Amino acid sequence: MYNNKTTNRNRMATTRRDLLTKGGKTFLSASAIAALGGTAVSIAGVHADDHASQDVAILNVALGLEHEGIAAYQLGAESGLLSKGVLEVAVQFQSHHKAHRDALVGTIRKMGGAPVAAHSLSKYATDLNAADLRNQTDVLKLATKLELGAANAYLGVIPSFENSELAQVAARLAADETMHWTMLTSALGEQLPKGALTFGG
Amino acid sequence: MAGIKTLFSLLILSTAYSASAIPLAEALYERRCGACHSPDHNRVGPKHRTTWGSRAGSVEGYRYSDALRHSDIIWDEATLDAWLANPQALIAGQKMGYRLQNSEERALIIQYLKSLNAPK
Repeated sequence: MYNNKTTNRNRMATTRRDLLTKGGKTFLSASAIAALGGTAVSIAGVHADDHASQDVAILNVALGLEHEGIAAYQLGAESGLLSKGVLEVAVQFQSHHKAHRDALVGTIRKMGGAPVAAHSLSKYATDLNAADLRNQTDVLKLATKLELGAANAYLGVIPSFENSELAQVAARLAADETMHWTMLTSALGEQLPKGALTFGG
Repeated sequence: MAGIKTLFSLLILSTAYSASAIPLAEALYERRCGACHSPDHNRVGPKHRTTWGSRAGSVEGYRYSDALRHSDIIWDEATLDAWLANPQALIAGQKMGYRLQNSEERALIIQYLKSLNAPK
């Protein structure tokens, strides 16, 4: 009985690793790089004379989110708790957040704003209770929670943008976070929502 | 979605302001607010442990916009509901762009914020 359960758990873990690894390679080789490049182009199309102050404030909040996301994946990567396959995906997702950060920094500057700086990694570790992470599942749950929150945050700011191009960019960022959340949720073996329209509110 | 809305509505009607609604409200808070906020840490947004009943812009250690810091709003059900629905309409020039358009969800989150500051 114990052996069967153990075998099943191992098989499940292997499947999850396969899912993450295969998913990661697919995103890297196909749509992810192109999508991020497209995001940068779209953001760069915003003009400095747009009605901007409130939009810059929102973009800076988004930048704060991206800083924290980058730090969270860094903490996970440095924890020593992740298997090789999961680590590869974590680094890949972190690279998405770095691309988001760079695009947001460029846009904020172009609009005449000052991008917020990242905090120290130790502050993020404290804020995210990183000391409580005991295993890979804990790390994945933290990442899942942050990605879900980020997806909802980006959807929630869309009505506030004065510039509709920025609203579209927020939707694209939300799509990336949702992609991450979906992958992480699957890796944890958790159910996806049964109903529709569970994001946003 | 309709099921979730119905559930929230029923909870608000049947268990409004009761402790039994708090776990659901906490889960909703995590989903809708958790990207930026937590009860005990200033993150992208300020911590929320003592928000209920406090003056807007008064959490120590958090860098607010001038608009929020100089407002004279006290956080109660009415002001929090208006804030969550459209913060810019309540305090022009503040920096939170997030709008929660579902009134039932706003009510639950407000109850969670209230519970954070409740006497133990």
